[in-house]
Amino acid sequence: MQEAGMGQAVNEALREEMTRDPNVFIAGEGVGVSIHDSPLMPTHGLLEEFGEKRVRDTPVSEAAIAGLAVGASEAGMRPVVEIMFNPFFTLASDMIVNHAAKLRYLSGGKSAFPLVVRMKSGSGFGAGCQHSHNLEAWVCHSPGLKVVMPSTPAEAKGLLRSAIRDDNPVIFIEDMNLYFAFMPVPEDDTLIPIGKADVKREGKDVTVVAWSRMVHTALAAAEQMAGEGADVEVVDLRTLVPLDEEAILTSVKKTGRLVVCHEATRTGGFAGEISAVVMEKAFSSLKAPFRRVTGPDIPVPASPPLEAFYLPSPEKLAGAIREIMNQG
Amino acid sequence: MEISGEKKMEMLRSMILSRRFSEKLTELCKIEGKIPGMVILSTGQEAVGSGVCAALAPRDVIITNHRSHNHLLAKGADPNLLMAEIYCKKTGYNKGKSGTLHIAVPEINAPCTTTVVGGGIPIAVGRAFAQQYRGEDAVTVCFFGDGAADEGSFHESLNLAALWQLPVVFVCENNVYAGAQRFEEHTRSKSIADRGAGYGMPGFVVDGNNAASVFNAAREARQLALSGGGPTLIEYRTYRCRGHGEQDPQHYQPKDEIAAWMEKCPIPRLSGDMIAEGILTQDQLGRLEDEIRDSVEAAVGFAESSPYPEPEDALEDVFA
Ligand SMILES: Cc1ncc(C[n+]2csc(CCOP(=O)(O)OP(=O)(O)O)c2C)c(N)n1
Repeated sequence: MQEAGMGQAVNEALREEMTRDPNVFIAGEGVGVSIHDSPLMPTHGLLEEFGEKRVRDTPVSEAAIAGLAVGASEAGMRPVVEIMFNPFFTLASDMIVNHAAKLRYLSGGKSAFPLVVRMKSGSGFGAGCQHSHNLEAWVCHSPGLKVVMPSTPAEAKGLLRSAIRDDNPVIFIEDMNLYFAFMPVPEDDTLIPIGKADVKREGKDVTVVAWSRMVHTALAAAEQMAGEGADVEVVDLRTLVPLDEEAILTSVKKTGRLVVCHEATRTGGFAGEISAVVMEKAFSSLKAPFRRVTGPDIPVPASPPLEAFYLPSPEKLAGAIREIMNQG
Repeated sequence: MEISGEKKMEMLRSMILSRRFSEKLTELCKIEGKIPGMVILSTGQEAVGSGVCAALAPRDVIITNHRSHNHLLAKGADPNLLMAEIYCKKTGYNKGKSGTLHIAVPEINAPCTTTVVGGGIPIAVGRAFAQQYRGEDAVTVCFFGDGAADEGSFHESLNLAALWQLPVVFVCENNVYAGAQRFEEHTRSKSIADRGAGYGMPGFVVDGNNAASVFNAAREARQLALSGGGPTLIEYRTYRCRGHGEQDPQHYQPKDEIAAWMEKCPIPRLSGDMIAEGILTQDQLGRLEDEIRDSVEAAVGFAESSPYPEPEDALEDVFA
């Protein structure tokens, strides 16, 4: 098994799907010739391999990029378009939120939009809030969109393959920090189903639900807490929509304690949704109050000490776990 | 139109300051972990910001983008506070909240800097609307790249600004590249200025490496806006001598192209003219260079010796 970063894993998935299906094409700013001349980047080398017909460098025009995907997918093509950074999603959002998500419903189920929008997310680069702003809760609030946020390169590969083959619009969010975290990636052609969570660590005392980069934060916190005698279970959602409620409820019923950890800001964040599901469906299993560890309600600041303050750390998460371990 | 010796001196000083400032940052960016974030410079493009801002009054407003340092210095930003913000220090213009990419300096009428490409264009329309509404004797200048002219915001904003005859000057800094894309790879328009006609506003292509031409075009557009004649679109042709940002290896930029444009450097062009006209001596130029070099070193010293903000400072400044 080879070791690779998430960008390389995404690259492999794109390469394989483009080879398998001539309807798959990619488009976006710098997906062909990029200012990053690095094999760690997701679309590296695809222009050379597949040519200009299937690897489309676009002008700086996010609304047109997203619209291109909507229109072409309706014709039965399988566009995989890139919005460079999560905050620029706002420029593409009309096409995604008002069109990709709604046009099938408006057609009474007659048309379909099998497109994928890939976006880079995550703080930690000192780039500031117009480049670092995790907006997954926004897209989750638009029925008709599936939302995938993998935590490992292997899963990114398997999930992106499924996303490309899915007949619905899929928002696929890659934390850029994970491009530089090397983990094993199998060379097989496994498809990982969209909508299935994965238990990354089994435990009996507390459930931590996380996704994307925060899964690694959760695993680090779990290690830390193991030293203090707390047995933490880490559930990696992998997909936010559709939500694998079963996986969350099964774990919470076992442990009786729940902490949700996300990098996105707190108010209106997806942790609130998970808490609501658990209140509705497993309230009586809870031995302690629900806790969430999230970014504070501020834009992501550029300065290193401020940015570090923003990011949920294993220590902060361990603090929340400790707090509810003492209850119930 | 005749340009006074004083204005020429102002432009020269501002261009040299901007160049030394950028060169220093290029140097600092090579030191791992020194400057957070993506440092984006205007090396070679200084005549645009320096020429345009020399044509403005302090009360005029500029809205700038990710490539802002030259514009801000030319508008009168303090190199110490600018450098400290680029270092993400507490003493910087924005207390480290911004870093290099979106430095706002309302005190010099540069209130909204955005790194969202095309984001500044509608904001400039709003700022100019306020000037018109209140009958102010001032204009708004919006700096953006050729790539930004492909965003929908460009179209909507120019149409509205022309419709309402707002006192705004749209300054497109065409530096041949938008990211890794050459101008002719991102549009079939022969020029961005051509598009002005479609909105019913004048559009001009101007040599962006000639400070005097830059100044004259901006002065005229400002005059038109002040007299109620509405917006102008000026496209300054220049060249991005560095990569998109300092981490960009420029693998797609031909070496001889860079060298050819270095030959057209706007700084010796202006200083050479001034010496020929007898309004500048080699000696004076040397002293100016030294003085500016010292001030850039002082800015670095100020930034280096400044503290970082405290972590909890992150919670401040969200709401007014
Ligand atoms: C809305 C948006 N899309 C993409 C980007 C990434 N990006 C930053 S600068 C840039 C190129 C801009 O080119 P241009 O407008 O010509 O300005 P230049 O960098 O050449 O000065 C791109 C694509 C961004 N910052 N904002």
